[in-house]
Amino acid sequence: MAEPITLKMTVNGTDCVVTVHPFARLLDVLREDLRLTGTKEGCGEGECGACTVLMNGRVVNSCLVPVVQAQGAVVVTVEGLAQGERLSSVQDAFLTYNGAQCGFCTPGMLISATDLLNRCPNPTDGEIRDGLAGNLCRCTGYVKIVDAVRAVAADGGAAR
Amino acid sequence: MRGYLADCDIQSPPSLAEALALMAREPGVWTPMAGGTDLMVVYNAGRQRATRFLDLSRLAELQGIQEAPTSLSFGALTTYTDLRDCRAVHQHFPNLVKSARVTGALAIQNRGTLGGNIANASPAADTPPSLLAYGAELELISSRGLRRVAYDRFHQGYKRMDLAADELVARIIVPKPTGRGFHYFRKVGTRQAQAIAKVCLAAYARLEDGVVAELRIGLGSVAPTPVRARHAEALLLGKPLAALPVEAAREALLSDISPIDDIRATAHYRNVVTGNLLGQMLRELANR
Repeated sequence: MAEPITLKMTVNGTDCVVTVHPFARLLDVLREDLRLTGTKEGCGEGECGACTVLMNGRVVNSCLVPVVQAQGAVVVTVEGLAQGERLSSVQDAFLTYNGAQCGFCTPGMLISATDLLNRCPNPTDGEIRDGLAGNLCRCTGYVKIVDAVRAVAADGGAAR
Repeated sequence: MRGYLADCDIQSPPSLAEALALMAREPGVWTPMAGGTDLMVVYNAGRQRATRFLDLSRLAELQGIQEAPTSLSFGALTTYTDLRDCRAVHQHFPNLVKSARVTGALAIQNRGTLGGNIANASPAADTPPSLLAYGAELELISSRGLRRVAYDRFHQGYKRMDLAADELVARIIVPKPTGRGFHYFRKVGTRQAQAIAKVCLAAYARLEDGVVAELRIGLGSVAPTPVRARHAEALLLGKPLAALPVEAAREALLSDISPIDDIRATAHYRNVVTGNLLGQMLRELANR
């Protein structure tokens, strides 16, 4: 039986302190302790990417991270992409290009697309597909998602 | 459903020495965890028998890629992304870069580690065939000391390894190929990303005066462990590129592997496709 730990993380720019089981999944701490329910659980196997968040600047499957490994981490979830009411350029493009249908994969897609464009501001279609390869979508057929990401790149990148 | 959280414990020792001391005190009790990309999947599926985990992810002693004149030494915590991003790996071990690229997708590659890929001991892992092809060695560590084993002797049976209950894989040492080299890697899966291999073949050959002077072939998903194709290698070694005994090598390859039927492919499919990959590899080699 494990002692609870005092977990400190910076989530979407805000310092958070919560007392949690050290083996709790980062996904559950985000959703249940921090009430950030934008991040979804799809498969729970690291296959679908619905739970994708940025941890210390890299995409991770939050369903596969025991939270003790996120001690001190800087985490960005889908809630951290917009600035107040102003959507990020990637979110805007997903709206414009109908990159979301049922929406369940969308939080993970947005995080992976943002990460891709930060690393690679002018991706080829192949690089877009590689960057989003860990995010499964059963509705769109991916074409509209790739269109959206391509449009952000053409329009000057994810930083806006 | 998922494993029962209240049953679980995870310790994060501040140093390698303390991690090893805990493993020595209670051998077999603590399951080492690095990126968690295998262990957490099994936990989430409710099939994880282990409940006590040893978090290695912050141990500086197990991190980093060190370049020496004749080899590269990879800390066990080297991630697939580290492999993809390292110039020296691209330069000397292109098969390792390819292995890393086809393991899961980015989120897995950012967390999963080379040491974990080895110690998880899945026959379907994607880096072991490349490590076999390059003649890698492992540095194993315990509070009793360090020892080195050739990687092609490390896997002893399905999920059985030459690794004591108090030992960790510390580093993976891969000798740099010299001379005129040929590198081949191909994984056959259901799709490009996020697929587990049906068959995987990695090869490294050194050529001298149009002759195969050195050859190692590593195979995945066709035996209880990652395996070398020793019979096929023996048949091809010393042969001129202009007259490689392709059919005989394909025949010999069948005695190197013992595939099974499972959810990903049948044994028959694996026998045929492994032979096809060897054939493709040898055609590319002959055209060098």
